[in-house]
Amino acid sequence: MSGLCNHSLELSGLAGDPASPVHRLDPRAKIVGLVAVTVVAVSTPLHAWPVYVACAIALALVAAAARVRPVTVWRRARVVLPLVVFVAAFIPFLRPGGAEHHLGPLTVSDAGLAVLAAVAAKAAIGTVSAVLLGATTSFPSVLRGLEGLRVPRLFTLIAAFMYRYLFVIVEEVHRMRIALAARAYRPRHVLQAGPIGRSVTALFLRTYGRGERVHLAMLARGYRGTMPQLVPLRLGAADAVFIAALAGTLVALRIAVGAFA
Amino acid sequence: MTCAIDARDLTYRYPNGHVALSGIDLHIEHGERVAVLGPNGAGKTTLMLHLNGLLMGEGGLEVAGLQVERGRLDELRARVGLVFQDPDDQLFMPTVREDVAFGPLNMGATPAEALERVDEALAAVRMARAADRAPHELSMGERRRVAIATVLAMHPRLLVLDEPSANLDPRARRELLDVLETIDQTLLVVTHDLAFAAELCERAVILSGGRIVADASCRDVLDNEALLARHDLELPAGFDLARIERRPRRAPEVHNGEHCSASSTSMAPCC
Repeated sequence: MSGLCNHSLELSGLAGDPASPVHRLDPRAKIVGLVAVTVVAVSTPLHAWPVYVACAIALALVAAAARVRPVTVWRRARVVLPLVVFVAAFIPFLRPGGAEHHLGPLTVSDAGLAVLAAVAAKAAIGTVSAVLLGATTSFPSVLRGLEGLRVPRLFTLIAAFMYRYLFVIVEEVHRMRIALAARAYRPRHVLQAGPIGRSVTALFLRTYGRGERVHLAMLARGYRGTMPQLVPLRLGAADAVFIAALAGTLVALRIAVGAFA
Repeated sequence: MTCAIDARDLTYRYPNGHVALSGIDLHIEHGERVAVLGPNGAGKTTLMLHLNGLLMGEGGLEVAGLQVERGRLDELRARVGLVFQDPDDQLFMPTVREDVAFGPLNMGATPAEALERVDEALAAVRMARAADRAPHELSMGERRRVAIATVLAMHPRLLVLDEPSANLDPRARRELLDVLETIDQTLLVVTHDLAFAAELCERAVILSGGRIVADASCRDVLDNEALLARHDLELPAGFDLARIERRPRRAPEVHNGEHCSASSTSMAPCC
């Protein structure tokens, strides 16, 4: 558990050069820019490969400017990517069209393969966009950016508390597992799952209690229902250039491709 | 006439009927360092929550010069800093800087003022280097000190610490004492670490079964083995009270030359 926990922590947080121009951008600019890349890729027709290539080049340039190494991008993307591509992997077998190839009892169609390739490209572009956002923007900054983009405060607040207490809860789960293992609990079949259920109940009650205590601690420091902002966000020239270069160019390309099609 | 704490016949009953405080009379002057000792379930945390108006019982309660009543809670909470037992409850913001700024911003400080207070409070607990870190990246001792900074940044007159030495290794405990030694606000330390109390506080009260059963100098209270035993308290085996040197403290801060109207003149154990 602890190994897994450390491993997943390594896969989150900032990467690359924290002083790079991309890291220093307003989080809103990065969210808008990188979400635009994803939206462009997702909305592009299946055969419009120049748009996918343009998106990939744009992401490569962002990664290079932020000095995020390809190996870092790959390590983080491979956590999510297989899940996304897994769904698409069935398409070549199910979708008829074009020439057909026989793989033993299975039939693969060309049209299906084209869809798989396009879906994989869309998934890869979307995932790498998210990875780059995560590598260049701390989680709290992403939340502040979302708030600046008028995402309801309740959502960002819930996400902020989840982020803060995830580590505390993972530690508690870890301790509970050790406590169970220390008393020789090694479940082998489903009928032995009872203690896990009781641990989950205990964890829920503890977490609920913690919620109450955190609320008291907030009230004790003058909380009145709204979270204060320490440093207001400010969009500068660099942010405008970033949005224009990334979102502007790709959206224009996407519209042009749509018009020609 | 103001005093740090003036409780008269303070009584609190939880909604389930359990009487947690039963006629507390407690008078503490500005600048005092007082240990509140007592076994688990004695009402220590309940008393602490009253000092910030988070619970309101019957009877009279004046804290940091203010009557505890609805309508003045914001002012009260600015004057009284509560440091909770588990720093993970206290540190709920993503970074230390934002957490320490939370109180001042709630009190209406501008971001620039709040940042100034953050620097000052973190320096006071020797944690200036941790401003940009996330609370979960800090050790328990560091979290405890940052938790103290979160209330110091509000410039409170009274600081209430709940079990400050719990879960600290000896070194972190010593560093915490070093930090608390430099704090000149009135300190109320709720603890059952009697050695910690002996080193820090000049006065001790024992809270047991919702009542104050002793109120005297820390040395007198801790020297009374029979009294401690009656209330499920004891010094560590082999502990020599005579060898403990209480940490010096600055002169009590007296507001406008006024003293607490009902200062604790009787310093003998009351039972």
